[in-house]
Amino acid sequence: MGISRRKFIGCLGALALGPAMGIPGTARGAANKEFAGWPGSQSVLHDITKCIGCRKCESACHRVNQLPDPETSFEDLKVLDQKRRTDADVFTVVNRVDNTSPVFVKTQCNHCLEPACASACFVKALKKTPEGAVVYHEKLCVGCRYCMVACPFNIPAYEYHKALAPRVTKCTMCHPRILEGKRPGCVADCPTGALISGTRDELLAHAWDRIRTYPERYVSHVYGEHEMGGTSWLYLSGLPFGQVGMREDLGTKSAPELTAGPLSAVPIVVGLWPVLLTGVYAISKRKEKIAEQEKQAAVAEAVDQSKKEAQARMETLRKKWDQEKQSAINFEVKKALEEAAAKDPEPGQSKEDE
Amino acid sequence: MTDNGTHADRKWWTPFNVIVGIILATGAVLTVMRFTQGIGAVTNLDNNNAWGLWIGFDLLCGVALAAGGYVTSAACYIFGLKRYHSAVRPAILTAFLGYALVVLALHYDVGRPWRLPYPIFVSQGTSSLLFEVGLCVFLYLTVLFIEFTPAAFEWLGLKKIRALVVKLTLILTIFGVVLSTLHQSSLGALFMIAPSKLHPLWYSGYLPVYFFISSMFAGMSMVIFESTLAHRYLSRHMDDTHHREAPGVALGFAKAAAFVMAGYLGIKLIGIAIDDHWRLLATGWGMWYLVEVIGFVAFPALLFAMGVREKNLKFVRWAAAWTVLGIVLNRLNISVIAFNYHLPSHERYVPSLMEIGTSVFIVTLGIVIYRFITTRMPILHEHPDYSAHSPEQKRI
Ligand code: SF4
Ligand code: SF4
Repeated sequence: MGISRRKFIGCLGALALGPAMGIPGTARGAANKEFAGWPGSQSVLHDITKCIGCRKCESACHRVNQLPDPETSFEDLKVLDQKRRTDADVFTVVNRVDNTSPVFVKTQCNHCLEPACASACFVKALKKTPEGAVVYHEKLCVGCRYCMVACPFNIPAYEYHKALAPRVTKCTMCHPRILEGKRPGCVADCPTGALISGTRDELLAHAWDRIRTYPERYVSHVYGEHEMGGTSWLYLSGLPFGQVGMREDLGTKSAPELTAGPLSAVPIVVGLWPVLLTGVYAISKRKEKIAEQEKQAAVAEAVDQSKKEAQARMETLRKKWDQEKQSAINFEVKKALEEAAAKDPEPGQSKEDE
Repeated sequence: MTDNGTHADRKWWTPFNVIVGIILATGAVLTVMRFTQGIGAVTNLDNNNAWGLWIGFDLLCGVALAAGGYVTSAACYIFGLKRYHSAVRPAILTAFLGYALVVLALHYDVGRPWRLPYPIFVSQGTSSLLFEVGLCVFLYLTVLFIEFTPAAFEWLGLKKIRALVVKLTLILTIFGVVLSTLHQSSLGALFMIAPSKLHPLWYSGYLPVYFFISSMFAGMSMVIFESTLAHRYLSRHMDDTHHREAPGVALGFAKAAAFVMAGYLGIKLIGIAIDDHWRLLATGWGMWYLVEVIGFVAFPALLFAMGVREKNLKFVRWAAAWTVLGIVLNRLNISVIAFNYHLPSHERYVPSLMEIGTSVFIVTLGIVIYRFITTRMPILHEHPDYSAHSPEQKRI
C-alpha cells in the first residue's frame, strides 16, 4: 500500500504542477499572456487573390511526403468542383469557392502558435517546433483522436482503416526541408507566388504592406495574425474570410487559454478537498458521538426516572397494603369482638368490657 | 422470481441466457472485425467526427453513471449516514465494473490500445485535460478495486487481509471523492477546447461544473435504479438489512437528488444568463435544449420531490430511471448531437449498427459479471462472519 500511495501522491503532484510549469516548446498550460511565437520561426503567406487553382502545390506535397497516388491525377482540375478536406493521405487541398469570379483557397494545417492539437494531446505526440512547424511523433500516439476534436480548423486526419498502426496525419510544413534551409514543397512549386515563405514577422509586415498598397484588392485583415492566438500560416483575401469558407468566429484566445481554467482548478481540488472532507468526517463523527452521549444520558435519566417512579409507586402500594392490612386487621378484630359479643349473652359483662 | 433463479442456475436455455448468448457472440465477431480491419470497418467515424458513440456513450455516460460509487461511500463514510451502509457495496461494485468497462470500451475506440498506459508512464501531456481524465480514471479504478476487495476476501475467507483493507476505508473514500471530482469535471472540460464546434447552448465555461454536479445526481439515480432492478431479479440474494434499508436509501437519495438537480438547474440558468444566450432558446436547437433541461432534469426532479413527500417509492423509481436517461441524453448532446452542429447534414455523424452493437455488448458484459459476482459474493447481503457491528465495521 505504501508504494502505491506514494505513487498516488506523486502523480497528483505531477498533475498539479505540470500545467503550472508551462514549458515552452510543448503546448503551454495555463497561459496568461499572449505567445507571439518563436522568434525567427518560419511561416507561409497564402495570398488567395493570386491563387489560380492549378493544384501544383498539391502534387508537390504528395511528392515531398511520398504519399500514395490519388485516384485522379493532379492535372485533372475537375476535382475542384467538389468540396474536399484534408485526408489520411492528402495533406493539403485547394478548393474553389463558388462565386461569380472563381476564387481558390488552399487548406492545410495552419501550424498554430499555440496549437489546440498539441495542447490536447495527452502524450505530447504533437509539438510546436521553434522552427515553426507543428510535428507529429508516431511513436507516441495512442490514437485517441482528441487532437482532431480540438483542432478548430478540422485539419488532422486519421487512418481509420489501419488495424494495427493507424496514424494521425497532417501537413508538416515540410519540417525536414525547413531544417535543411529549404522552402516547403508547396511554396517551392507555386507558379504564381500565391504562396511565399519567410519568418512570421517578415510575412506579417509584408502582408500589411500589400493591404496598404492595394486597399481595393484586399480586405483589411490578415487571417492567422490573431485567430486562435495566431498561426504560422497567414492568409490575404479579396473577399471577407467568411465568404471563402474560413471561420471568422474562432476568436483570438489560444487553445491553452480555453482550458487553463479547469486545469488550474486541479491543485485547488487536490489541496482543498481532502481537508474539507476530513472536516466533514470529523463533524459527522463528533455529531455521532454527541448524539451517542446524549442518548446515553437520556437513557440514564429515563432509567433513573422510572426507578424513582417505581419506588414511588412501591411506596404508595406499600402504604395501601399497610392500610388495607390494617383495615383488614381492624375488620377481623371487630368481627371477632362482635362474634365474641354474640356468643356472650350477658349484657352486664359486655358493658364492662366496653 | 424468487425460486425461478435457483432453476436458472441449472437450466441453460433461459430467455436471459439465450439473449445474452446472442449478444456476446455478436460482440465477439465485432471485436474480431475491429481488431483486424481497423476502427473504420465497424464505425461511421470520419475525419470531421473523430469521436462517436464509443466516447459519447461508453466513456462519458459510463463514467457519469458509475458515480454512484463515490456518492454512496461519501454519504456513508464521510457524512456519517450509516443508514446507507447496505447500499455501499452494490454501488462500489457497479462503479468498479462501470470503470472497468469504460477502460475496456476505450480499447475499441483508441487506435493503439496497447499504448493506453503511455500518458501515465511514457510521455505525460500535462497540458491536456484528457491526461487528467486518464490519470484519474486509472487511479480511481485502482481505488475502486481495493474498495471492492473486502467482499471478495470475505467470499474467499481471507480475514486478515480483509481487516487490513477495511481499515483503509476512510482514506480510500476521500481519495475516491477527490479523484471523482477531478475526472468527472474534466470530462466536461474536454470540450472546452472546441468552442467553435459545440453548440453555444451546451458550450459554457461552466462545463466542468455541470459535469461534476450532474454526476452526483446521476450516481444517486443509478443507485436507486439499480437497486430496483436488483430487488426484482436478485431478491433472493438480499438479507433483511438490505431489504429493510432499501426504501430508506431510495427516499434519502431521492431527496438529495431533488435538491442537487434544483441546484443544477439554477447554475444552468446562470450559465445561459452569463453568456446571454436567451434568444438561442427560441431556435430549433433551443427547443432541444429545453427538452433536455426541462423534460429530463426539471421534471424528474419534481417527481423525486413528490415521491419523497408522499413516501411513494414508485415515483422515486420512475424519476431515477428518467434521470438516468436524461444523463445519457446530456452526454450524447455534448459529445455527438450538438457537437459539430455547424456541419451540413451529410457530413454529420450517425452511429453505425455495429457501433451500437459493440456498446450493447459491453453493457451486457457488465450485467453478466454483476450477476456472477452478486450471486456469489456478499454484496447484497452481509457475510455471516462480518456483521455490521463487528469491531472493524464500527470504526468507520
Ligand atoms: S491547424 Fe489544427 S492541426 Fe494544425 S497546428 Fe493548428 S490545431 Fe494543430
Ligand atoms: S490521436 Fe495521437 S496525436 Fe492525437 S491527441 Fe491522441 S495521442 Fe495525441
